[in-house]
Amino acid sequence: MNAKVVTISSGKGGVGKTTTSANLAVALAQENQKVVCIDGDIGLRNLDVILGLENRIVYDLVDVVEGRCRIRQAMIRDKRLPELFLIPAAQTRDKSAVSPSDMIRLCEELRDEMDWIIIDSPAGIERGFRNALAPADLVLVVTNPEVSSVRDADRIIGLVEAEEKGPAQLILNRVNPSLTKRGDMLSTDDVLELLAIKLIGVIPEDESVIVASNRGQPVTFANNSKAGQAFHNIAKRLLGEEVPFMDIEANNGLMNKLAKMMKFRGD
Amino acid sequence: MDNFLEKLFGKEKKSANTAKERLKLVLIHDRTDITPGQLESLKNELIDVISKYIHIEPNKVKINMTQEGKEHRLIADIPISSTPNRRK
Repeated sequence: MNAKVVTISSGKGGVGKTTTSANLAVALAQENQKVVCIDGDIGLRNLDVILGLENRIVYDLVDVVEGRCRIRQAMIRDKRLPELFLIPAAQTRDKSAVSPSDMIRLCEELRDEMDWIIIDSPAGIERGFRNALAPADLVLVVTNPEVSSVRDADRIIGLVEAEEKGPAQLILNRVNPSLTKRGDMLSTDDVLELLAIKLIGVIPEDESVIVASNRGQPVTFANNSKAGQAFHNIAKRLLGEEVPFMDIEANNGLMNKLAKMMKFRGD
Repeated sequence: MDNFLEKLFGKEKKSANTAKERLKLVLIHDRTDITPGQLESLKNELIDVISKYIHIEPNKVKINMTQEGKEHRLIADIPISSTPNRRK
């Protein structure tokens, strides 16, 4: 095995990096892949609660780096999916406890045993982001269709390119189809044009994501939500499958309605 | 078509379009590290230099940065005076 290291990043906080990391890890594990996700947000760990594994932490990332345990001991096996693991972040330390070369070394050790290493990057463009970026084979930038997160995503895309880790790919998260239809939310095309980047997934805003995080069971476990479906699609694209993008922002403009009516008559 | 109707009835511009226009400018300034103020002084210096050789209309000079995909362009629109320059 030779794992691929995928770093989930965004610049701005609160756009859905951790949710995306958890769901992609679960979705890949459901495709019979061996997956480990690493929480890169030292001091503000959250991937453990989103995955519902918070009660099982014994050792963390900093314990591994500082030699207090072996990697295996810090890897929490998810009982729901035997091929899914989490290496949690330390909660009582800060980003400087780990260096980019520590992260590269850690991932090199994991590569032989895993198919995928998913790194949940912290917000910001400082040390924590540098740590998450250093071992990356692929960077996925998460953004919302909203001015501040798109602007920050553009900074991240630039930094990823400067570090020769590009081209990054885009996950557009929390798309609200009715706002988009009304012309009050940037569309997928708008964001792609602004950022000049390849799209790998569009996730609709979905209440079940909140319910899922309340329960510690990522939406991808239950295959009946739109968001869950969208994450499964991204996982399949990562595995090289061609999956068409969900039509979540179907245009209901006047001309489209007319065109549809004509079509019906034609049929 | 929707846009045309909106213009016809003088309806307010959709906020997504406003967001897109604003972001276009912000991203160009972020990427090139040039502030609108610096662009303004670039414009003024450009006017001074060009005026040494050609009669132009300083008030109508426009300098804009545009983006197409990954490519950025500085576009200057400099109308030449039809009447001889009376400043001299």
